Formats: sequence, C-alpha cells, structure tokens
Amino acid sequence: MGQGSRARILIGKAGLDGHDRGVKIVARALRDAGFEVIYTGLHNTPEAIVETALQEDVDAVGLSILSGAHNYIFPEVVRLLEEKGIGGVTVFGGGIIPKEDVEYLKTKGVKALFEPGVSTDEIINWVKENVTPKAL
Amino acid sequence: MSVDENEIERLRKAREDWEKDYGSARKREADFTTISGMEVPPLSTPLDLNGFDYESRLGFPGSYPYTRGIHNSMYRGRLWTMRQFAGFGTPEDTNRRFKYLMEHGQTGLSTAFDMPTLMGYDSDHERSKGEVGKEGVSVSSLADMEVLFDGIDLEKVTTSMTINCSASIIFAMYLVMAEKKGVSWQKLRGTLQNDMLKEFIAQREWISPPEPSVKITVDIIEFCAKEVPQWHPVSVSGYHIREAGSTAVQELAFTLADGIAYVEEGVKRGLDVDDFAPRLSFFFNVHNDFLEEIAKYRAARRMWARIMRERFGARSPKSLMLKTHAQTAGASLTAQQPINNVARVTLQALAAVLGGTQSLHTNSMDETLALPTEESVTVALRTQQIIAEESGVVNTIDPFGGSYVMELLTDRIENEAFAYINKIDEMGGIFRAIETGYPQKEIADAAYKYQRELDTGIKTIVGVNKYNSEGEVTIPTLKIEEMVETGQIEKLRELKRKRNNKVVRAKLSEIVTAARNGDNLMPSIVDAVREYATLGEICDIFREVYGVYRDPGYF
Repeated sequence: MGQGSRARILIGKAGLDGHDRGVKIVARALRDAGFEVIYTGLHNTPEAIVETALQEDVDAVGLSILSGAHNYIFPEVVRLLEEKGIGGVTVFGGGIIPKEDVEYLKTKGVKALFEPGVSTDEIINWVKENVTPKAL
Repeated sequence: MSVDENEIERLRKAREDWEKDYGSARKREADFTTISGMEVPPLSTPLDLNGFDYESRLGFPGSYPYTRGIHNSMYRGRLWTMRQFAGFGTPEDTNRRFKYLMEHGQTGLSTAFDMPTLMGYDSDHERSKGEVGKEGVSVSSLADMEVLFDGIDLEKVTTSMTINCSASIIFAMYLVMAEKKGVSWQKLRGTLQNDMLKEFIAQREWISPPEPSVKITVDIIEFCAKEVPQWHPVSVSGYHIREAGSTAVQELAFTLADGIAYVEEGVKRGLDVDDFAPRLSFFFNVHNDFLEEIAKYRAARRMWARIMRERFGARSPKSLMLKTHAQTAGASLTAQQPINNVARVTLQALAAVLGGTQSLHTNSMDETLALPTEESVTVALRTQQIIAEESGVVNTIDPFGGSYVMELLTDRIENEAFAYINKIDEMGGIFRAIETGYPQKEIADAAYKYQRELDTGIKTIVGVNKYNSEGEVTIPTLKIEEMVETGQIEKLRELKRKRNNKVVRAKLSEIVTAARNGDNLMPSIVDAVREYATLGEICDIFREVYGVYRDPGYF
C-alpha cells in the first residue's frame, strides 16, 4: 500500500449517542486497510475529541453521529481543531444525517459525510485519496 | 411425528433419489444461508423429524412448553397490541403524536426519550447541547411528564417506556403523575425497559457500572411486586443486541442470559420466583430472514419455559411464559429507495405475528433518515392492521407448526442458543462475560462479517448493493427545531426557581442515604420527584455514589 496507508485516523463518537455498530465496523475496516486507527469509544465531548486528536497527532478525524446532534457537534469540532492550531486535520463522518444538513455541514468544513448503506471500500478509498499523512 | 419402519425405508429411498437428482440439478450462483449465516437445507421431509415428540416439543397453545404460543386462543382471543414507539421534541409535541396514533387505531403507547433523558442529564446540562428533543422527547422533571400524558386515560391505556439507566426516575415521575390524576398504582399497566445488562452489551446508554446499575433494576422489580402489581418492571431486550449486528442465535442467547441474571438477582433479594417472574417481559427484534425469525420466537418461548421450570423451579404457569414485544429491524432499512422499506417492514411484521408476538412496533419507511413523519408512521400502523384484518394469518394458531423445516430451524436455534448460554455459565455468568467483553466482541465480529458479505456481494440489500437506481427518490422527513432546546431549558430553569428548593435538597439527600445504605431507592426517588427534583439531579447522585462507567471501546 502507498503512503496513504500510514495515515493516522481518529475514529470517534461524540455526544450522548450510543449507536456504535457502524463506527466500529469503519474503525476495523480502516485498520484492516493499513491505517493507524485510534477509536475513542462512546460519549465524548467535542473538547475530548479534539484533545485526543492533538495528543495522537492524527491526520484525520472521522465522527459517527446518529442522534441528530450533528449540526452542533461537527462545527464545534472543526472550530476547536482550528482553535488548537490543528485546523489542517481532515474532518469527515457519517450517520443519520439528512441531505440538507449534509450541505450545511460541508460549508462548515466537514469534508465528507457518508450515508447509511455505504460500503467500507468506498470509505477506505475516500480516505486514501483525501487524507495525506504529515511528512516526517 | 413418528413414522412406521416401512414407511421410513420408502421415504429414505425416495429422498436418496431426489438427492441424486438434486446434486446435478441446476442451481443458482447464490448464497443459501440465512441472514445470520445459518445453513438451511434445500428440502426438509418427515425424515428430519423422525422421533419428534409432538407433546414435549410443541404441546398446545397456552401450555408447556408454549412453543405454539402463550395463550390458549392466541389471536382469535385478542390481537397483539399495536404499539408504535413515539417521541420527539417537547412533551407537547409527543403528547399530540400519542393522541394522533390512538385516534388512528393504535392500542398501546410507547415512549421514546431523547438522549439527555436516556443518559441522565437535564436539558440545561452542558452535555445535552444539540441533543434536546432530537432522538426522542425531552423529560427532565415531573412537569414534563404531566404534559406528556395530559388528557390520556391511564386506566385505559398500557404505556411502554424505553428507558434504562434513568428508568427509576422516569418511572417515579409516571407514578406521581398518575397519583395526581387520581389513578391508583394498582391499576397502572405498562412496561419499563429497565434492562441494564443489554446496555453494556449493545444499546450503550449507561451511568454507572453493571453491578449498581442492575441493583437499581432489581429495586424496581421488587418495588413493583409490592406496589405496582400489574406493571412489567423489566423488558429483557434482544432488540438492541440484534441492531448492534448480532446473529439471530446470539440475540436469543444473550437476551435469555440477561433474563437468567435478573431472575437470579431477584431470588438473591429474597423474592419468591413466582412473585416476580410472571411480570418479566421480553423484547425481540424481527429481521428480514422470514423463516429464521419465526423459528427464533418459537424457540425463545420453549427455552424460557424450560429455564424457568428446570433452573429456577418456578411453579406458576405465568412464570414460564415468555411474553414478548417485537419491533421490526431498524438496521435493515435503507436510506436509498426508502419506499422499499414498507415492503421490508411488512415481511418482518408478518414474521413477528407468525412467531406469536404479544405486541408489535412497525418501523416507518423514513427512519434511516430521521424520526418518522405523521404520514409514514400511519403507513407503518396500517401495515399491522392489514396483517391483522386482511391477511387471514390470524385465523389459525402457529400456522408454521409442524412444517418440517420450521421445526428443524426451531430446534437448531434452540440448541445453538443453549450452547452460548452454557458457555456464559462456564464463564461465571453474564456479568463476568460482559466484563471480559465476550458478548460485545461476538456481536462486533458478526456485524463486521455481515458488512463484508455486503461489500463483496455475497448478501444482498436491494437498492444498496444491488438494483441501485439512478436519480434519487426523496421523501419528506421530520425536522426538530432548535427552539425545542431553548424552550425546554427555559421551562426547566423557571421550574428550578419556583419549586421549594429546601424540600428538594432534603429529598435528594434521602436518596443519597438510601444509596449509601444499599436500600431500595424507589421510595425516596418517588418522594423527590414529587417535589420536582429533576432527572439530572438524581442521576448526579448515581454518578457520585456508584461511579461512572466508561466504554472500553472494543472494535
């Protein structure tokens, strides 16, 4: 696998949402595809997500939200990443997110949002193409 | 189904001939396992059931082992309860939806709470930001509960509430609300989900670690046995286990293992098994694989009857009966071509009915997109009414009983589920198994395996990995306004100003004392919510006294 395979990806659950079937599948699929995956577990605040992103020096943050809180959490994570000086980290995600909210969240700096039914290969390919590991 | 020797010989020969031809017959390049990956024979015959003892394996409806149903006359006596899970926005919004559903022929209520309520936070808590009223109705105090059930006759309706780590508080609010309406607790009928074990396994809403969480569950069981005798204090739930990606067998096995643990804990508390076991109820998923699902419900009843009789020595027939609610599989619905979901839900609902469920929720076609609109929830309810009143399947009890393949699958699911239960027993029980992450990992593995089968096209989801359409069909979806959150916060702040805060503090400290002493928490919680102590304030006590559980994050 190319360079992209060594990118460090934080896969996270933020907010109170407990739906973690999808996020665990994505974490495992990305790991199996050769990425370094850090999974946060459930129930993190946006602050905790960003703190972990900083400590783990990740190249991308992927969040799964199925609780309807996406319009608050995604922009808050993007804002906090910038505030901490790591605004270059790619933010993407998935969950139950209506179309009009997808458009809104893209204007807020979320690079991609995957809808239910997407294959893990599509996510892996997207990450390969869109997340570049930092030069050492 | 005993067959005489000569006949068996003739059949065996005939089957061999058929098998010979089958070996070379044309067969599609397809996977012939169930959605759970279970092998299904191409054909079943009386030979598969040779020695099958009708009386001990099936018996009669309303009699041990209840394979054919828990009631004598089943749906000829009474149809299942049509109970749509509903809740969004403010208590006013959900109260209107409840009334709408009742006006359209729904026969029981089922309440969905929002994430802050489910996780034990008030609407004005920092952690509730962006979540108030989104995934269910927001209830922080008795005042919200009073609005939620305004104008609803609690003596006429049965109410189900999907609530777990904060169940004791929501139930206390329901009891006080009833009391203020002049309805005696003796007359209240309904169900609390209150199944904490499956939270750690699958649904993943918790406050404290498993032991204290289950302690509160058992407090409620004990309290109901004495004070609210017609209430179901626990709905032992496989639904979420399946939604998290388990197989049908895992769903059944882990659910019954949880049920076993609750009975053990109740007995340890000094309760007579027959004093509380009749009030335990169950809640299973009903997924796409039609035959496997019907078999699962039949196996569940037979297994529970045997467990209760042989393992716990229960004597009351009611303790042996597995009463269940069913809900169609949310995870089976697709965002793509959403109208197809109506067909999926119909098949799933039909399987639940043929499986002999007591109560049913049918999902709405738009639930992978948002909470359901009034239009889509009406279609879902009408689906049940069509099955009940047009399809004719209710005319005869357990129509699949005696089908060679159905009995074969029922036996196989039972055997495989008992193998899991034995393994959990060997590990030292479900608490220990959860601690080691065993059920969690089994489920994650099954979910990943199924996803790979979808990715590689071994399994099909119409409109997702096959038969995709160009041009998207869009259907209208429900939107929860941000105003809900600000409105709920304002109402709560005003309540906190107006109530007698001195009394509230005193009542809260009584809960602290009860918790530290290991007493049953229900009486003190009831007293506190009567004074408008909030859900978050009481859950803060749980966090303080019992500690907070952190997700080990297996994947």
